[in-house]
Parts: sequence; structure tokens; C-alpha cells
Amino acid sequence: MKQNWWKILGAVLVLYSIISGFIFPVPAQAILHETIRNLYFHVPMWFSMMTILGVSAVYSIKYLSNSKFDNDIVAAQAANVGMLLGILGLTTGSMWARYTWGAWWVADVKLNGVAVSMLIYLAYFILRGSIDEEQKRARISAVYNIFAFVLYIVFIMVLPRLNDSLHPGNGGNPGFNKYDLDSTMRTVFYPAVLGWILIAVWVMTLRIRTERLKRKTLFNE
Amino acid sequence: MIDQIKYLILKEFKLELRNKYALGGILLYVVSTVFVSYLSFKKIIVPATWNALFWIILLFASINGVAKSFIGETRGRLLYMYTLASPQAVIISKIIYNSILLLVISGLCLLVYSLFVGSLIQDIPLFLIVLTLGSFGFASLLTMVSAIASKSNNNFTLMAILSFPILMPLLIVLIKLSKNAIDGLENWDLNYLMVLMFINVIIIALSYLLFRYLWRD
Repeated sequence: MKQNWWKILGAVLVLYSIISGFIFPVPAQAILHETIRNLYFHVPMWFSMMTILGVSAVYSIKYLSNSKFDNDIVAAQAANVGMLLGILGLTTGSMWARYTWGAWWVADVKLNGVAVSMLIYLAYFILRGSIDEEQKRARISAVYNIFAFVLYIVFIMVLPRLNDSLHPGNGGNPGFNKYDLDSTMRTVFYPAVLGWILIAVWVMTLRIRTERLKRKTLFNE
Repeated sequence: MIDQIKYLILKEFKLELRNKYALGGILLYVVSTVFVSYLSFKKIIVPATWNALFWIILLFASINGVAKSFIGETRGRLLYMYTLASPQAVIISKIIYNSILLLVISGLCLLVYSLFVGSLIQDIPLFLIVLTLGSFGFASLLTMVSAIASKSNNNFTLMAILSFPILMPLLIVLIKLSKNAIDGLENWDLNYLMVLMFINVIIIALSYLLFRYLWRD
């Protein structure tokens, strides 16, 4: 129980953010109207995705430095959960885009950024799938994971300087924190971010435990 | 280290000259791709299209040209090389050799493309600088990806899918800068040139650091 407090905290925070996200008052904005509530669900996905992908890259570095197979399991499962969060973020964002910008997909730097991250991690899984030998797979995919993650960070840092974005806070659009994110919204938004990160980590640890058990039964330990 | 790099590069050149069909093949690939696009487009007068098509042709030619650097090596030759040289020397020499190869390819591509499809470039010095930096960047990134892909089972497909998404930051800056060169803007955008060099440095540093984990089976 002592080790599990953060899981309970995560569940409570997400539950709180869902309930209060739908019933707390929000500022009335043109165009956005009630869709502003999507902020509590769409934005935390990106925070947790970047956290989890960071975890994946760190464990890939750890694998290369000590060759412990467990680190590879963590790196792979973290990438898996990162993909899931990316898909969720994309879905929620796509719906939001439909009702505010008028299309499911628009040509926007942030959308291109996430599309590239999806391609990178799909390629990562195909690379993993195409190498049979376990140690070799772990080593090669760790190298690719680090290589790709660093270039991806460069990409999302470089890209916004090249084009304007439709997202708040870019290209002359007012940022959310300036006007819209009033103090009521903050009381929901920050817990939501923390809660979703915790839930993401929880999902990741569950997947890691399943993988470890699968390995154990495989080797009859 | 420097000696090793020198000998490894010499080795690459000797091998390339010994079977000329590989180099000839890739150069012919560039010419025929350009000719195909010439037959489908005739003359291109829209700068954005000209630019995009040029870089796409160059991208595919580069992938084909660099792919063989590790995928084409036989296992025995790699093993022999690894007993003689340090991993850093191997990757650096391959990167330098591939950069030279891609400079040749991109030069030829620009020449043939301008001849058939028409030249729209107004600021030729800038375009040449961008092309040179682009060749270095493509070469270093694709060499590393070729090393990764060569370890897997279906390496040619993998070469493309592994390299496309991580090539994006490089490609997007290159296209932006070469568009500036085509439009002949008054001032060179030093910011983007810096970003381009920064990406090149990052790729080379990562390859230098990571290759040692890659080379031995």
C-alpha cells in the first residue's frame, strides 16, 4: 500500500479532472465555446507522452551502458504507452480541430510534429520486429531510439520557428494562459496533467510487469 | 585514428573504382529519375514545385547511394575491418566517403535537373552552400541508419522507414533555405544556416557516440 499511493493519487486526480472538467464554469469564448473543456483532456496527453517517451530514451541509454535486459523491456513498453498517448492526443485534438478550425486535420506544425513522432515509433517497432536475436534486438533498437529521440526533439524545437501555428500561443494567437486559463481552469488543468502522467506511468509499469512475467514463463524460472 | 580514417577512406575509393557498376548505377538512377520527371512535368515554372521535386529526387537517390555502405558489406569484410580499426574511425571514414559520394550525386542531380526541367535559382552561391550542407547531413544520417538497418532481416525497406521520419528536421530546413535561394532573397537567412549546421553537428556527434554499440554482433 505504501508504494501504491501515487497510483491512487493519479486515479483520484484524473477522476477529479473529469468530473470538475465537465461541471465547473469555464470562461465564455467566441469560437471555442464549451469545447474549451477539451483542454483538460487533450493537453495532458502531450505532457504525459513526452514524459513517457523521455523515460523510453533514458532506459535505452541505460541499456547501452549496462546491457541489463530489463532496461530494454522498460524502453520498449514505454515507447508502446507513448504511442497510445499519442493516438489519444491526436484523437482528442482532431475532434477539437473539427469544431474550432473546421477540419479533422489541418496543415499545422504541431500536427506535423506528432505525425513524425508516430512514424518514428512505428519504425522503431518494425525494427524490433525484424530482428530475431534478443540481445541484438535490444542493442540495435536502443541505438535507434536514442538517435531518433534526439532528432525528434530538434524537430519540435526547430519547426515552430519555421511556420506559424493555429495553436494558442503561436503565430499571434493568444496563449491560453494569458486570458482564457482563469483561476478556475487552472485548478482543474494542473491536477489533470499530473494525474494523467501518473496514470500513464501506472499503465507502463503494468505492461512492464506483464513482459517480465512472460519472460519468466518462457525461461521456466 | 587519423591514419586509420585515411586508410579506410582510401579503401572505400579503391573498392568503388574496382566495381564501377555500383557508382555508375547510382548516377544513372539520378539521370533517369530526372528524365522521368521531365517527361511527366515538362518545364516546371512554379518555384515551390521545382524545389520540392528536386529534394525528393535527391532524397531517394541519396538513400539508394548510401544504403550499400553497410548493407552491401560482406560479413567477412566487416569482421576484418573491425579487427583493424576502431569503431569511431570506421563510422567517420564512412561518413566522409559518403559525403563525397553525395556531393557528386547532388552536383549531377542539379546539373541534369536544371538542364531538363529548367533552372529557377536566382542565388546560386547560397543554393550551392545549402546543397553542400545538405549532402553532409544526408550522408551522416543515412550512414548511421544504414548501419542500423544492416543488422535486421529486411534491410532495404527498413532503410527507408527508419530514415524518413528522422530526416524531417534536416529536410524541412533544407527546403526552406533552398526556396530562399530560388527566390533570390536580399539577405541570407543566417539563422537557418546556423540551424542546418547545428543539425549536422548533432547527427555526427550521435553517430560518433552510438556507433560503437552497433558494430559488433
